[in-house]
Amino acid sequence: MQTSIVQLKIGQKAIIKDFDIDDVPLKLIEMGCLPGNLVEILQIAPFGDPLFLNVNDSFLAIRLETACKIQVEICSE
Amino acid sequence: MQQKQNIKVALIGNPNTGKTSVFNQLTGLNQQVGNYPGITVEKKQGICNLSPGFKAEILDLPGTYSLNASSIDENVVIELLLNKNDKDYPDVAILVTDVENLKRNLLLFTQIKDLEIPTILVINMIDRMELKGISLDIPYLEEQLKTKIALVSSRKKIGVDNLKNLIVNYNALSTEPCLNASSIDIAYFQGLRKAFPNQSLYKLWLVITQDVNFSNLNKNVVETKNFAKSNSDLKRLQQKETIKRYQFINDVLKIGRVIDTENATDFRSKLDRVLTHKFWGYFIFIAILLLIFESIFDWSGYPMDFIDKSFANLSNFANNNLPNGVFTNLITQGIIPGIGGIVIFIPQIAFLFMFISILEESGYMSRVVFLMDKIMRRFGLSGKSVVPLISGTACAIPAIMATRNIENWKERLITILVTPFTTCSARLPVYSIIISLVIPKTRILGIFSTQGLVLMMLYLIGFGTAILSAWILNKILKIKGKTFFVVEMPNYKLPLFKNVALNVIEKTKAFVFGAGKIILAISVILWFLASYGPGKNFDNASEIVTEQSKNPISKTELNTKIASYKLENSYIGIMGKAIEPAIKPLGYDWKIGIAIISSFAAREVFVGTLATIYSVGGSDNDETIKNKMQAEINPITGEKIFNFSSGISLLLFYAFAMQCASTLAITKKETNSWKWPVFQLFFMSGLAYLVALIAFQILK
Repeated sequence: MQTSIVQLKIGQKAIIKDFDIDDVPLKLIEMGCLPGNLVEILQIAPFGDPLFLNVNDSFLAIRLETACKIQVEICSE
Repeated sequence: MQQKQNIKVALIGNPNTGKTSVFNQLTGLNQQVGNYPGITVEKKQGICNLSPGFKAEILDLPGTYSLNASSIDENVVIELLLNKNDKDYPDVAILVTDVENLKRNLLLFTQIKDLEIPTILVINMIDRMELKGISLDIPYLEEQLKTKIALVSSRKKIGVDNLKNLIVNYNALSTEPCLNASSIDIAYFQGLRKAFPNQSLYKLWLVITQDVNFSNLNKNVVETKNFAKSNSDLKRLQQKETIKRYQFINDVLKIGRVIDTENATDFRSKLDRVLTHKFWGYFIFIAILLLIFESIFDWSGYPMDFIDKSFANLSNFANNNLPNGVFTNLITQGIIPGIGGIVIFIPQIAFLFMFISILEESGYMSRVVFLMDKIMRRFGLSGKSVVPLISGTACAIPAIMATRNIENWKERLITILVTPFTTCSARLPVYSIIISLVIPKTRILGIFSTQGLVLMMLYLIGFGTAILSAWILNKILKIKGKTFFVVEMPNYKLPLFKNVALNVIEKTKAFVFGAGKIILAISVILWFLASYGPGKNFDNASEIVTEQSKNPISKTELNTKIASYKLENSYIGIMGKAIEPAIKPLGYDWKIGIAIISSFAAREVFVGTLATIYSVGGSDNDETIKNKMQAEINPITGEKIFNFSSGISLLLFYAFAMQCASTLAITKKETNSWKWPVFQLFFMSGLAYLVALIAFQILK
């Protein structure tokens, strides 16, 4: 099922599908946020934003406004 | 020996890989910190003795995620590595990686390899491999990555000798790239190859994509030859390049690294759940802040009293043992109190830098950024603004530099503008001496000292004003821009004593010498202005005073009267009297006025100025600064000069006023315009005057 990172639940793993390159900073790409890589939400900050992610074994936090631009496909268990 | 006696080594790596620990292990205390010419990026260098007569000069470059620079700090790395004529151009590069983050750390490694510099790969923190169930096939990795690998644990001091051996034998290192990145757009790169046959393709590519020039090749030349591309095309290619590199790294690690997750323990996520919890997270954060303030005011009181007394004794000793004369006066009345006024704050500043250093080293600071982002954004700031606002409690200058990793310009500008409101260590001298004069030394609930709580209030006022002004600026400033926010959440680490200690020593030294120079100079000037005066009133002071006092008085009393009469008619007295009308409504006399004016260069000058003025004006030198201030009495009302209302008014004035020439200079540098520092100066100082005025008028 295709959706955006924002829709994931904590602990749910997904594969990054696609995103518009102008919506995502190069820094995030360099940290491993690339199509085909695994992403998982580890923690959501109080007040629901930002998100603490594990992307391709990198631990990082991004804001909802960026996360909602990144399409993913949820891995079936 | 066929090798050079002295080689240059550059230490490169992602942030949070323990690069600084490796640097400290290699160089020990043999290090010095300066700045890169023209910019305010810190330059750390050190010497490492490899074998007798064979030394390596090690340069610790700023941490960077890749060679695609997005900040001045990262630009430093590229500019050095692209310019073979730079005096610091390395004979060998050491790339430091964290064994738990190999995948991401190797991205930078593949880029450095493309520059054809001999490179050693350090895999750091190997003491955690077992804990995390990681095993590595070193011969395979060395072959694929075309390098030599040193397995190091900089905290457990493992593998450092092996690393030194590899540096000694740097000639044996391969300079071959480990992948062919130009296959992302074959036609384009073939064209480049034809146009510039003598240049490395990757260097050309960096010149095209980055904002750097190097020696015989600059951006314009490349662009005029039709190799320019649109920004979004370039970004697309950069993305392709990154994907290409990750593919290579993934393939290599698939075979060269095995992770047995069954062995992995998950300490990190447990700790994260507590430290970023919606209640406990904030609770712990506030508790840590409380601890810091308690230590600054309460614990450091003992060494401070000791230093204060020692300087009073020293001044007295010098006065008794040096021949009488102008020069002795300069030493005992100008220089010793001036230096004493700064040395006394070493304990507080050291505590402050110690805590900030521990918070950053441990990885906790990133959790605070995560925790605070949403809240800070309501005020036009970013979660990353928390770091400048906290380190602003040490000094606004590094704090403003720390705003560089805020991606959004508006958030960054607002952070720069409001950071000087946070209570920096230069305000501490002023706060502590005034608090100890006007606030009673009692304890609340038997634990918290009242004085400590007042100090904390001042810190909170500083933060509060910073946040409030940010909110106002956010409404006023009309700047559009994409907001990007990416923050790495590094692993938790126990801070290393050596790293923290070196950091504290270095920062304290910089503060003492930097501020010391200004204070010394101002003390000498002030002493001169206070010891000499124009006209007859000054020259004939003793006759005039003797004549005026008709009633017989003791000799000491007479001398004191003569001294204070002289001071009032000295150059500084005349200047002070001239500005007195402007500051009288705030509850200050002309001596405080002089101290305020001289502290527009730097706040910490305040105490030194008063010390100098009172030393010249009084007859005895064995008193501490505090006792002298305590004894000051308003000649008209007979009240103490430093009473509750004037004290509070002074505290508030210093809380808000923009009194730091260096901060204005750094704001100019970082915003590239005079508009913002001028705005800071008038906005902050105007607010300070207003608040101090209101406070004094209500309290008096």
